[in-house]
Amino acid sequence: MKAETDDILLAVEHVSLSFGGVRAISDVSFDIRRGEIRAIIGPNGAGKTSMLNVVNGFYHPQKGAIRWRGRARARMKPYEAAAQGIARTFQNVALFKGMTTLDNIMTGRNLRMKRNLFWQALRRGPALDEEIANRRVCEEIIDFLEIEHIRKTPVGALPYGLQKRVELGRALAMEPELLLLDEPMAGMNREEKEDMSRFIVEANRYRGATIALIEHDIGVVMDLSDRVVVLDYGRKIADDVPDKVKSDGKVIGAYLGVSH
Amino acid sequence: MATGGESPEAEDTFAKLLRAHATLRGTRPAFRHKDLGLWQTWTWAEVYDETRAIAQGLIGLGLKRGATIAIVGANRPRLYWSITAAQMIGAVPVPVYADAVADEIAAVLDHSEATIIVAQDQEQVDKILSVRDRLPRLAHLLYDEPRGLNEYAERGLAALAAIAAIGRAALADPAVARDLDRLIDGGRGSDPSVILYTSGTTGRSKGVVLSGERSIGAARCTVAFDRLTDQDEALAYLPLAWVGDHYLNYAQGYVAGFCIACPESAETAANDLREIGPTYHFAPPRAFEALLTRVQIRMEDSGAVKRWLYRAFMDVAGRWGEKIANGEPVPLNARMAYRLGDLLIYAPLKNALGLSRVRVAYTAGEAIGADLFAFYRSIGLNLKQLYGQTEAFLFVTAQTDRAVRSDAVGPPAPNVELRIADSGEVQFKSPGMFVGYFREDDKTRETMTDDGYVKTGDAGFFDPDGQLKIIDRAKDVGRLSGGQLFAPKYIENKLKFFPEIREAVAIGDGRDFVAAMINIELASVANWAERQAIAYASYQELAANPRVYAMIEKRVDAVNRALSLEPVMAGAQIRRFLILPKELDPDDGELTRTQKVRRGVIAERYASLIVGLNSGASEASISAEITYEDGRKGKLEATVRIVDLPPYPPARAPRPPARKANAA
Repeated sequence: MKAETDDILLAVEHVSLSFGGVRAISDVSFDIRRGEIRAIIGPNGAGKTSMLNVVNGFYHPQKGAIRWRGRARARMKPYEAAAQGIARTFQNVALFKGMTTLDNIMTGRNLRMKRNLFWQALRRGPALDEEIANRRVCEEIIDFLEIEHIRKTPVGALPYGLQKRVELGRALAMEPELLLLDEPMAGMNREEKEDMSRFIVEANRYRGATIALIEHDIGVVMDLSDRVVVLDYGRKIADDVPDKVKSDGKVIGAYLGVSH
Repeated sequence: MATGGESPEAEDTFAKLLRAHATLRGTRPAFRHKDLGLWQTWTWAEVYDETRAIAQGLIGLGLKRGATIAIVGANRPRLYWSITAAQMIGAVPVPVYADAVADEIAAVLDHSEATIIVAQDQEQVDKILSVRDRLPRLAHLLYDEPRGLNEYAERGLAALAAIAAIGRAALADPAVARDLDRLIDGGRGSDPSVILYTSGTTGRSKGVVLSGERSIGAARCTVAFDRLTDQDEALAYLPLAWVGDHYLNYAQGYVAGFCIACPESAETAANDLREIGPTYHFAPPRAFEALLTRVQIRMEDSGAVKRWLYRAFMDVAGRWGEKIANGEPVPLNARMAYRLGDLLIYAPLKNALGLSRVRVAYTAGEAIGADLFAFYRSIGLNLKQLYGQTEAFLFVTAQTDRAVRSDAVGPPAPNVELRIADSGEVQFKSPGMFVGYFREDDKTRETMTDDGYVKTGDAGFFDPDGQLKIIDRAKDVGRLSGGQLFAPKYIENKLKFFPEIREAVAIGDGRDFVAAMINIELASVANWAERQAIAYASYQELAANPRVYAMIEKRVDAVNRALSLEPVMAGAQIRRFLILPKELDPDDGELTRTQKVRRGVIAERYASLIVGLNSGASEASISAEITYEDGRKGKLEATVRIVDLPPYPPARAPRPPARKANAA
């Protein structure tokens, strides 16, 4: 389900970001098309996570602009980005450790809950109906991610690979238009990576999420993604389909440390 | 809809049974399945309706009377209904083990000659598609769970739901519905009802053909035996293709009309058990053991008061629980202490394990430790043992509620004729007895005796109170030179129930007496040695320690005493033993990868020790090559002491007969 070229969901235009004197991103432009899996790769410190933080409104770039659904986006907070349909997962899992898997995923539905505190406190009538409808969505996600057995387990007690899965579940619960995944497979073994790859592909194809992901496992990136943008020292050094990127001299140089 | 309406007591096929329940108890729950976190329930009337739709759909695919259809997957309602749907048409369902690898599945599917396969999900579909070239007959592959299968464009692949929808649409025509009714009516009890493949632990798996009337007849016997009714409920979590599941859940459920609950997934089964709270339950010994370990670990982690209460009342339960359960006289204060313990510990514990509503529980499949068995009995769980076989359609023996022991499997089940052949082999005739092996008449003839008994391949004997004891595979049972029965595994298992003994090898076939080579369990003996302030530097040194020898001697002596109480086994007491200087290891080929002793290899490697055991020598030497974990070879040189033990005189008076009044 490749998207058409003109259907651009998000465009990053000449973005630069610095922290004090440190240039994290300099003059980077790329776009994310509706329906694609877009990978952002690069060596450590290349500015990948910073880039993701810019996209979801956590950082505001000093220069350049973000166009979201074709319109230039004003300075915004992450929760505003979330309200507009951008969900994300984090490099170092950011879940509520004391809450169960189900409750964590339910928090992803928070933005979809329309009833106010009064109704929710009453636990009757419209708030209850809403809760049931949202629970159903969460249960479908639990079924999709094959985590029924840990539905009622506090996530703090779960192994890392499963926590990553729960975090993906919470992001999916938002039914996002754009899903940002920061190293979804870090620290996983081969089998866990295969499972996670399958979930990412299926989330993209059948749940209709456009996905931008950062990942270090180049094999996985090349298999999963439709297009890859490569950053090095905050600059874009390549942006193409996986096959082209793989054979790009600059990319090989950046990864192998060859001077160029 | 239903033309029947007769009572289920008269029906001779599962399709007719289902129809009768739909009329008689149409609104009672028949199946449950946890889906999306909620228990979904179908009544008997709904199940009948769904099953008819699937049956009509299968007719549309060309399934005919006598043809086979394979079912591959876990316990899910629609897979059970597919079984009944096939039976409605007179076709023969063949449930296949879902965890089998592609190669094994291909062999069974090919042998079964199935043209239609109902698979659970993408995993099973992928597996079957990967061996499709070996299944020339396969025309239709149906799946229950559509997830991940949307983009498959394989020939003959379709969703079971879609096929059922076509069937349902066709059934809207009264003429079609009447034709289906006629097919159900035309089903004969003597026709093959199902083919269950044996798990194949002893050779290639064989397809056991069972007929409807015999299957239902056997289930009726045990339903009456355990007083199962439509108020009962069971969690169907055992492999769908295993005779245990097909009997305990499917056949008994359809006969008694009780509710069959399917877990959400294999991983959630323990939790689903708690939510459903079944009244009828089966689990293999290792499952009960795992549960107990979990309880013990949790208790170790709990607070001091709880721990004290647990210990105090488990002590009460240990002393009186089994006696109360067996209806023996118990003093009033013990009864009151037990009642209090039930309130504080036993009932909450059973509740936490999901066992509080269980009326009847069975275990079978392997020897169960006496302590383990006593634990569950003592907290008031009606846990019993049975012995069965696929060829018998499960039940050969079963313990009655009031005569339960851990070391025997009970008297013959209702209407089962049981005998011990001269060779020591257990042979039976039972109501559920199989018709034959599918496409293997020679094997059928090998298994049947001339007078129509089935050979189990197991050796056993009857205890004085009439309970059967299984001792070993018949081919492994030998005799001493004096003619006494020698069952190595029986003796070895008795030794291995002691935590200090990891492995044991009994030698005696064709010899004057029984000798044993024992492997100590390093973890528990090391722990014991530490508390005894015994210093040692290696496994070999610990194994040769005189105090370790003395401790093991006591264990062997206890086994001898137990053997002396059993008239059949009293001649096979252990007269000499030694402790092996190294652990038996699969890397050295002494054990299989599944930790079973390889007698041939051991006889060869330890020949010098065996010679020593059989002579009068007080020690023997060994020199053997050993393989370290990293593949390096080393040499083992050791001299080990051999200990002589005086035998107990065989018990003359048989143990007091069990309370016959309570026996069925």
